[in-house]
Amino acid sequence: MATSTGLYHRTYRSELALRHTRAEYARLALMILGLVALPYLVNNYWLGIVNTILIAVVGAVGLNILTGFTGQISLGQGGFLAVGAYSSAIFSSRGGMPVVVSIILAVLLTAVVGAFFGLPALRLKGLYLAIATLASQEIIIFIARRWEWLTEGQGFISVPRLEVGAFKVERLTFEWQWYWILLVVAVISTLAARNLFRTGLGRAFMAVRDQDIAAEAIGVNLTHTKVLAFAVSSGFVGLAGALTAHYTETVTWERFTLEVSVTYLAMILVGGLGSIAGAVYGATFISLLPPLLTEFSDVVKDNLPFIAEQLPAIKNAAFGLIIIVFLIFEPRGLDRIWQRMKDYIRLWPFRY
Amino acid sequence: MSTFINLLIYGLADGAILALAALGFVLIYKATGVINFAQGEFLLIGAYAFYAAFVLLGLPITVAIVFGVIVTTLLALMVERFVLRPLIGENPISVIMVTIGLSLFLKAVVQMFFGTSVRAMPSILPTRSVGILGGSVPLNRLYVIAIAAVVLTAFTLFFRWSRHGIAMRAVADDQQAAMTTGISVRRVFAMAWALAALSALIAGVLLADIAAVDGNIALYGLLVFPVVILGGLDSVPGTIVGGLTIGVLKQMVSGYADPGLAAVIPYVVLVAILMIKPYGLFGEVRIERV
Repeated sequence: MATSTGLYHRTYRSELALRHTRAEYARLALMILGLVALPYLVNNYWLGIVNTILIAVVGAVGLNILTGFTGQISLGQGGFLAVGAYSSAIFSSRGGMPVVVSIILAVLLTAVVGAFFGLPALRLKGLYLAIATLASQEIIIFIARRWEWLTEGQGFISVPRLEVGAFKVERLTFEWQWYWILLVVAVISTLAARNLFRTGLGRAFMAVRDQDIAAEAIGVNLTHTKVLAFAVSSGFVGLAGALTAHYTETVTWERFTLEVSVTYLAMILVGGLGSIAGAVYGATFISLLPPLLTEFSDVVKDNLPFIAEQLPAIKNAAFGLIIIVFLIFEPRGLDRIWQRMKDYIRLWPFRY
Repeated sequence: MSTFINLLIYGLADGAILALAALGFVLIYKATGVINFAQGEFLLIGAYAFYAAFVLLGLPITVAIVFGVIVTTLLALMVERFVLRPLIGENPISVIMVTIGLSLFLKAVVQMFFGTSVRAMPSILPTRSVGILGGSVPLNRLYVIAIAAVVLTAFTLFFRWSRHGIAMRAVADDQQAAMTTGISVRRVFAMAWALAALSALIAGVLLADIAAVDGNIALYGLLVFPVVILGGLDSVPGTIVGGLTIGVLKQMVSGYADPGLAAVIPYVVLVAILMIKPYGLFGEVRIERV
């Protein structure tokens, strides 16, 4: 099968294409086939996990736009997810709006909130910004916990089962129907993000990441770009939050703590900063880790009862260890490992 | 008035512990440029190491303290050597994230050994109350303030006068210039981590004594951020001012307004400081160039 051995573009159009070689189209076809076949191959339990992965993909892609591509580290992911989830739940269940409208409104609202909390980024960078977003996380969660109007004093919001027009999610085929909805949303979000970085705005994001003062010197409006990066990224995150609300059918603040922010950061780091594909790999990898460890402990629990007893602690330790190991040995993440594997096969039997 | 005095003393005691925790944080940031999100876990491990030696093994208190010092110092040296040294020169996101990973890992390890339940420790400091200006204050809070004051003074004198302290300040100021005068930057990095672990151990043990030995000790790691932003990320006197301010503010809000609000008020202060004076009260203002 043909793989490219160099750059042979004769038109700008062909250079800008997302896929260049037949091998890449073949891989795309395989991937589509895999995604279509997946719900037929796995049981309901695993399909539920796949669904949470798809939601995580949307959120991780959003965070990667901000942290990986624009270089603005954010520990406020959980807070923005909460804004998306609470607002969509309130719009649809109490405001009586159609679900699609309420999700769109939630996305817009989260983008506005994100832009607001991104304002400190105009003066701060790096470490200081990380600490500022940590504060925004704590403040948003405090509001979500204490503002009784949000949950009408119950402490949680229960969201009615998804209904769009005549389409209705049934209890028996719950995971199955949600799989297709979430797949479509995740694919559209991933494509939108991938294409964002072929536009002027996306390039401005990357210029700000690489050297913000130099970017300003070549005419990138720093204020505008940074605030937009927060808004666009939070929009994706808000979408993930709204989907969580409608998929899980309850909204509580416990789902959006600082640990969630850290988990999302781990996803994009393990996947690869500044790579949309990396965000997808990372979201999959990190979301699969807990269920796989549970499976593992089920298998060995007769021989090694220690592991089953200590499972929660082992999960956390493995999570922390994976972050550390990736950062030390492959800071560019799974995406880079995948590239290297491809290079190895392409160049074999030569080293380079 | 008596409520006010009570809240003030409780706040100052909390603040003194916060200042000790923040001191370790600032030491590491100043010398090595690393933001350490695992500072709270150093408190936690210090407290549990001391608890294990003092209560579980029944060792005398001095031996238990020495044991705690050895455990935390070894841990800090290993972290510096095997986790952070490979990341020198990486972007801040990686460095922040590696310390977050470290904090998750250390917390999980403590959980594996000791579980999640609260451990009671016989109090070391006297707990009877004394009357001050109409208020009645437990004596151990006053001891905490005094111990923290002694430790913080000792650290300040160490930086001001000892050879190692001067070497550390030289490295913080300019690494290359320090190298040319024959200072071993590696040794200074290791020493910064070891001293940070030591101050975390003291903070952890004091906290364990006035509160209890459980996972909540690690929460002080996050409260360090408002403290250091208020005082300035690279300022040792700033940690004292910042720690006492945040500690007293928290107790006052908790006592006069709402304990829930007290948990979030430090972060509101943090955002306000970042907006008005991003380098804090005593922090060094850095000018950026391309």
